[in-house]
Amino acid sequence: MTSYRITQHPILPIPEAKEIEFYWQDTPLTAKEGETIAAALFANGIHTFGHHHKDGSPLGIFCANGQCSQCMVIADGKPLKSCMELVTPGMRVYPNDGHPLLPEVKSVPELNPIPEIEIPVLIIGGGPAGLSAAIELGKLGVEVILVDDKHRLGGKLVLQTHRFFGSTEAVYAGTRGIDIATRLEKEVRAHSSIQVWTQTTCLAVFSDKKIGVLKEGKHYILLHPQVLLVATGAREKFLAFKGNTLPGVYGAGAFQTLVNRDLIRPAEKLFIVGGGNVGLIAGYHALQAGIGVVGLVEALPQCGGYKVHKDKLVRMGVPIYTSHTILSANGHDHVESVTIAKVDEHFQPVAGSERSFACDSLLIAVGLDPVNEFFHKAKDFGVTALVAGDAEEIAEASAAIFSGKIKGLEVAQQLGLNVGEIPSDWYRTGEILKSKPGNVLSEELPDLPAGVVPVFHCNQEIPCDPCSALCPQHLIYIDKQDIRSTPTFTEDNFACKACMKCVAGCPGLAITLVDYRTSTERPLVSIPYEFSRESINIGDEVTIEDTQGDELGTTTVVNVRALKANDRTIVIQVEADRNIAARIAGIRIQNPAITQPMLQYVNHVADDTIVCRCEHVTAGEIRECIRKGYRDINEIKTVTRACMGACGAKTCAPLIHRIFREEGVPYDKVTDPSRRPVFIEVPLGTFAGVNEEDEE
Amino acid sequence: MDTHKMYDVIIIGAGSLGTPAAYYLASSGLKVLVLETVPSVGQGSNKRAIGGIRATHSDPAKIRLCLRSIEIFSTFKETYGKDIEWDQCGYSFVAYTPREEKILKDLLDIQKSYGLVNDWYEKNDLLKIVPDLTPRDLIGGTFSPNDGSASPLLSNHAYFTLACEKGAEFRFCEPVIEMAVQNGKITTVTTSCDTYSAGVVLNAAGASASEIGRMAGVEIPVRADSHEAAITEPVARFLGPMIVDIRPAPGSSNYYFYQHTTGQIIFCITPSPNIWGEDVNETSSFLPMVARRMISIMPRLRNIRVRRTWRGLYPMTPDGFPIIGWSETVTNLLLGVGLCGQGFMLGPALGELLTRAVQGNLIAEDAETLRYLSPQRHFDGQELLK
Repeated sequence: MTSYRITQHPILPIPEAKEIEFYWQDTPLTAKEGETIAAALFANGIHTFGHHHKDGSPLGIFCANGQCSQCMVIADGKPLKSCMELVTPGMRVYPNDGHPLLPEVKSVPELNPIPEIEIPVLIIGGGPAGLSAAIELGKLGVEVILVDDKHRLGGKLVLQTHRFFGSTEAVYAGTRGIDIATRLEKEVRAHSSIQVWTQTTCLAVFSDKKIGVLKEGKHYILLHPQVLLVATGAREKFLAFKGNTLPGVYGAGAFQTLVNRDLIRPAEKLFIVGGGNVGLIAGYHALQAGIGVVGLVEALPQCGGYKVHKDKLVRMGVPIYTSHTILSANGHDHVESVTIAKVDEHFQPVAGSERSFACDSLLIAVGLDPVNEFFHKAKDFGVTALVAGDAEEIAEASAAIFSGKIKGLEVAQQLGLNVGEIPSDWYRTGEILKSKPGNVLSEELPDLPAGVVPVFHCNQEIPCDPCSALCPQHLIYIDKQDIRSTPTFTEDNFACKACMKCVAGCPGLAITLVDYRTSTERPLVSIPYEFSRESINIGDEVTIEDTQGDELGTTTVVNVRALKANDRTIVIQVEADRNIAARIAGIRIQNPAITQPMLQYVNHVADDTIVCRCEHVTAGEIRECIRKGYRDINEIKTVTRACMGACGAKTCAPLIHRIFREEGVPYDKVTDPSRRPVFIEVPLGTFAGVNEEDEE
Repeated sequence: MDTHKMYDVIIIGAGSLGTPAAYYLASSGLKVLVLETVPSVGQGSNKRAIGGIRATHSDPAKIRLCLRSIEIFSTFKETYGKDIEWDQCGYSFVAYTPREEKILKDLLDIQKSYGLVNDWYEKNDLLKIVPDLTPRDLIGGTFSPNDGSASPLLSNHAYFTLACEKGAEFRFCEPVIEMAVQNGKITTVTTSCDTYSAGVVLNAAGASASEIGRMAGVEIPVRADSHEAAITEPVARFLGPMIVDIRPAPGSSNYYFYQHTTGQIIFCITPSPNIWGEDVNETSSFLPMVARRMISIMPRLRNIRVRRTWRGLYPMTPDGFPIIGWSETVTNLLLGVGLCGQGFMLGPALGELLTRAVQGNLIAEDAETLRYLSPQRHFDGQELLK
């Protein structure tokens, strides 16, 4: 059987793992030890994990984050979330078709009391914010339990292969997300006062101020913290369009998990919805994993993400369709194509502008919502609680690292420890790191064609400063008071030694170096490149492009420098005519053929725009309720079952609000659905203290 | 007052009783207004009910009413074209100690005398009906095949739609704040938005019944007891009847569970001692307590995954029986209160009975029912199977 594993990657090491055998529908398949059931199935090309009990439509992975329950399978007789459970040798896995049959159990298992633990601080979430807070508390020797639902710490940092933006002084700008995760984890684990519980999911904050957690996926424990810090991050927003539950439609996080954590190639040809940083970066990650990116649609006239991310993707040959929307994902039991259309100023599709593109996967990256329900419950129930990172406010991970650090000290203050006053400039730095992309300035090209000149293809105000910190000659200036300012060159053309640190270290791949020393007519241009070393060689002809991706011609690679000091960023050098040399920002990666539209657009007529993925409730059904006058989402829940499913309205409630808005109903007239524990579905036996290994 | 604000009947509370009552009253030709505090129908205690419907009580009033309710629920789809997820799954009360065996057998005699179909099954026969019960220490149990379950949410919403079709008016987000009483009659009902008048006011306010009563100067001995419940994921059908275990244990006097037509197990405990008050926030003690009890008698449940928990209020009376009938002191105030957690199963039959009371066309059996449930009774008895 074909393997869909990534066997080489420019950034990620491919670890050796023991092969194990498991069964899918009684067929033996190979998995790697330590991977999830979902990853093992994907590695074998299996994308449909079951069929929906209501309409028999195929189900597959959607969030890969243990939240949506779309990826259920029956493993050794038990219904499990395949994205969270590890495959084991000899495991017999079957699709979850309709409702599973509960396995028979002959005898009453041993029932143990539920342990209760008092602890000064509980931190929920071991991502950038939670880890940073834990480190501050660890330094003070405070007893902390830090829980995280994944197998390893780092949150979404472990999916980020790119270098981080932000401040070199305050956070870890210029370092790759995966490496920041490792550093933070190491630092946390060095503090003996911090207990780290991975694979531990918070289930509920109860009104008696106890917090129920599922430790290591099997033991139920009640924690009673003096202070709770909620650092639970964010969840992805979903989008209503026709065909939106077809296998092959993923949240961006799921795609990044499969590709960057599990080293699986889930797609050959990917289409992306959403031009924020998440969608743009996911596109770049796909290209790095050898996956074609057919295009990206963004409903607004401009992408919301950093311009350097957008420019980079366009230069590599990914078309970006702004003021466009997705109309449908098309296919029988998997995505085969997408249909998009232009939108007018009211975001309505323009008739006649429809186009379809062949692709096998569709990635949804239309924004994030804070996972803040534990914080709200804690506040309602009078628990001393703080919130940090995306759970407080959606921003970049660098902001979460810094806000976590501040919150760690604030938690210490809540405990009555004397930590002095938190410097006010920390709060200002925190605000700067959280700031949205700012003004786009006109791009300035160097005046003097002499010596060596760095060119900044970076003309948007964003919080980022590694280039100025990297230059050993201090030739690059960024205002330390406000790192959102764009970099400038001191114009000392003969001081630069062409060390390439700025070229290789710019997180946006937005710095080139033009070297006029050997020839002012045909200067040497150094360009950063983060694909495999084998994919580029001296003598290769490449298409060169300016900042926005406009073609400047072709040229030949004269040198490829893969220095260890450059941390996996390769620098390639080309010669180019003097009149275009400074304008060169990058080279095209992707063959344009993959991005061509189909000859005819696919007109998707089925009314299968799903709002509630759990119960398969359509947008049409919700709209009908709203038009009947329903304003209480609990009433919509009563008649449609939307919000009643496994995910607990995490996915559909924002979409229902959106339909209310489309129908012209103001927000304050709508009643939200009741939010109730538990956060994820947990076996009844777990609450009775049944030991999983206990004989059945 | 504007004539458009004058009604034949004002119902306070669009819940388990108020909503079906609105339908039956409007169907009888009366002009009906329903006032409700929350934004939509059935959002108080109704939606927190787990959905069991049984006639196997211990007194003639509730037996008669629930037999009628079962007739209505079981034919609802044919009569009204609306699916309320009715399932004639039956009820089984199980006995693991001689104490329960005695209580249940004594009750059987009473129940049979009222013509109910309910029988005692010895251990092995009961295991044929409920194969997943743990056989160890099982003595036997009762099984009443005609009892059943339905969706409180869907049932109440169906009554709401039907009531609206019959012309009943519902005003949501309109809490009643004041009632004017003159010469022993309520003359006006004032909400946060408006003032209305009616010939009859029906107090169907569930856990808030006492508070509403006090607005008219009537003391009603109803107070809320908070019960916790939960629902699981759906699985293929494996469980027939509602299982009730009336053994007391620390924290609970009994618990019960059944598999709904959606495949989900829904379960609940009766707290012991009672948890008085209107707090419906989730507690950490419920799941561990109920999980132990359920797995002890049905180990197969250890692997079913709990989806959601919630708490709801039982409007309790001193003797555990509802309070139904006219107030003695305020003569146009009709009480449909203190349903003790059985509002969902009693609602349809009580809706009909209260309509007959308002229309003055009570039938022969109503006299006995109303005598048992009279607001003027002494409340010195005790319901045997709360």
